[in-house]
Amino acid sequence: MGAAEKIDAAKAKGGAAFIAYLPAGYPDVQASADAAIAVVESGADIIELGFPYSDPGMDGSLIQAATHEALSKGFKMKDLFGIVEQVAATGAAVEVMTYINPIFRYGFDAFARDFKNAGGAGLITPDLIPDEADPWIEAADRYDLDKIFLVAPSSRPERLKLVADSCRGFVYAASTMGVTGARSSVDNRARELVADTRAHGAERVCVGLGVSTGEQAAEIAEYADGVIVGSALIEALRDDPSLARLRALASDIAAGAHGEG
Amino acid sequence: MNLTGPYFGEFGGRYIPEALIAALDDLSDGWEKLKIDPAFKEELAELNRTYTGRPSIITEVPRFSQHCGGARVILKREDLNHTGSHKINNVLGQALLTRSLGKTRVIAETGAGQHGVATATAAALLGLECTIYMGAADIRRQALNVARMRLLGAEVVSVNQGSNTLKDAINEAFREWVATVDTTNYIFGTAAGPHPFPALVRDLQRIIGDEAREQVLALTGSLPDWVLACVGGGSNAIGMFTAFLDDEDVRLVGLEAGGEGIESGRHAAPISVGDVGILHGAKTYLLQDEDGQTLESHSISAGLDYPGVGPEHAHLSAIGRVEYRPVTDAEAMEAFALLSRTEGIIPAIESAHALAGAMKIGTANPDATILVNLSGRGDKDVETAAAWFGLDGSATREVF
Ligand SMILES: Cc1ncc(COP(=O)(O)O)c(C=O)c1O
Repeated sequence: MGAAEKIDAAKAKGGAAFIAYLPAGYPDVQASADAAIAVVESGADIIELGFPYSDPGMDGSLIQAATHEALSKGFKMKDLFGIVEQVAATGAAVEVMTYINPIFRYGFDAFARDFKNAGGAGLITPDLIPDEADPWIEAADRYDLDKIFLVAPSSRPERLKLVADSCRGFVYAASTMGVTGARSSVDNRARELVADTRAHGAERVCVGLGVSTGEQAAEIAEYADGVIVGSALIEALRDDPSLARLRALASDIAAGAHGEG
Repeated sequence: MNLTGPYFGEFGGRYIPEALIAALDDLSDGWEKLKIDPAFKEELAELNRTYTGRPSIITEVPRFSQHCGGARVILKREDLNHTGSHKINNVLGQALLTRSLGKTRVIAETGAGQHGVATATAAALLGLECTIYMGAADIRRQALNVARMRLLGAEVVSVNQGSNTLKDAINEAFREWVATVDTTNYIFGTAAGPHPFPALVRDLQRIIGDEAREQVLALTGSLPDWVLACVGGGSNAIGMFTAFLDDEDVRLVGLEAGGEGIESGRHAAPISVGDVGILHGAKTYLLQDEDGQTLESHSISAGLDYPGVGPEHAHLSAIGRVEYRPVTDAEAMEAFALLSRTEGIIPAIESAHALAGAMKIGTANPDATILVNLSGRGDKDVETAAAWFGLDGSATREVF
């Protein structure tokens, strides 16, 4: 199942989708699958699995530390497919957030095939703009996968249109000019950016970077189609391996996003 | 408006977060306008004359050439530039570009510290705020340059990520740029990274080859047979090579850091042995594992210790116009010592890689004329060299 169906289902219930980011392979391969499943059980609609990469240009220190740990424990591409399979079995849509070199290296077509076979929904590509994405777009279309590109507060109108036209699933709106990391308040520019991106043709726009509480999620759900949360969940996972804190936080955010807060 | 950056064959591009695209577009557009603006050209030329000390001279080195099979060896003396290397050529241009874009602060990455020193210098000269990102390992091995940057008024940020070297400093600088792009320009130090940096840096460094080509013609009456330069990211090499690309009889050779030897796996020679991949915004040759994770590079020279290379070099290699060969740490240090002793010129260890190339190529081609880009001077490397040669700071001889 793709992201669009999940978002539409959440909206039909009067809220927005809750999209949870967790790094694949952190704290280890199986524990990352277990954490993602716990988050789905706590109400997440879409799981965004981060593929650990040596040069994570857009990640803040928390995610960098987590993905670095995954790599130092020997995380490999083949481990990703097993995690995707387990998480997809819950019925959640599974998107992989990845810097593009590992996919380029694996081969766009081969990756799309193996990922689809594992039950994956699509890719979020923080360092791949549509201008450079032809080989990925072709492979994704061949295997019926989501293609999720980003817009930023600095994106000019013609770029909002290019990204909106190139996405399938949703458009990822980076709410602030900065790297990932929980912030106490979400930039006002997020609201404008969502409206501008819609005005340039996007059907579904989800907001990420900096969200950490159910209250913030509820606020974003008022104007966006989905709320993306990463660093705050990873912190909860890091501090409490029993997953109790992760479940509690995910439930709180899910309630906020779904309009049940 | 330039949506798709220029490619060099299949290499190059802009594999970079959308958040930076507007800034990169502004840089491209700003540079296209500025580089044809007569007032800018005059200002840069004036700075080159009165601040950097251009044109840099060429020096024929007959005693060193005895170690190069007797081939005629001519050095382009970028080591005589203010701040000690070719990096200042690029930085002055990008600093003027920063001012014309209305930005008040610059950031930069640095490996050996030469680009950081050059950037801190230009920032002081033009009254810009300046922050330099540097890997923790490089901060240790290039302490002298760290002190220079701080004396020049720059903030130096130690990067403790990954291999703690240049690659990680670049990651951190890009991350910072996203958050501060309204006021801040990123002055990139080499001919790598996303468009427009490879072309921008080449445009600013081509003065090296343009001058050298004329100077060698005036000295010898003909073009050199070989033109050599070391390749880290590739800025001094592309600056030199650009002037000779159309001269079919001139053989161009880039010398990569072979570290402890290609077979050891501890090197920084992505063209010689890397694969095509994407790093720091460009498709190019890289050192990477089967999953596309960047491998750590190694070189005795901090300025060559980088797992990627500029995309134009990847292209020039792919089409066979430029040859790229590895030189080991040991070969470079031998050339370093020889140039010092035979000619009284202590080169940067980076540049010593190109000199080691001249020793090999000259030995095989004793009748050749070889032009070598001496990209920098060795002041910053004295400690490394002293450790390598076991010179502990004591005198050669004592008298009572
Ligand atoms: C003297 C010198 N030469 C060469 C280099 C390598 O850079 P590039 O390949 O961009 O010329 C450096 C980098 O710090 C340097 O300091």
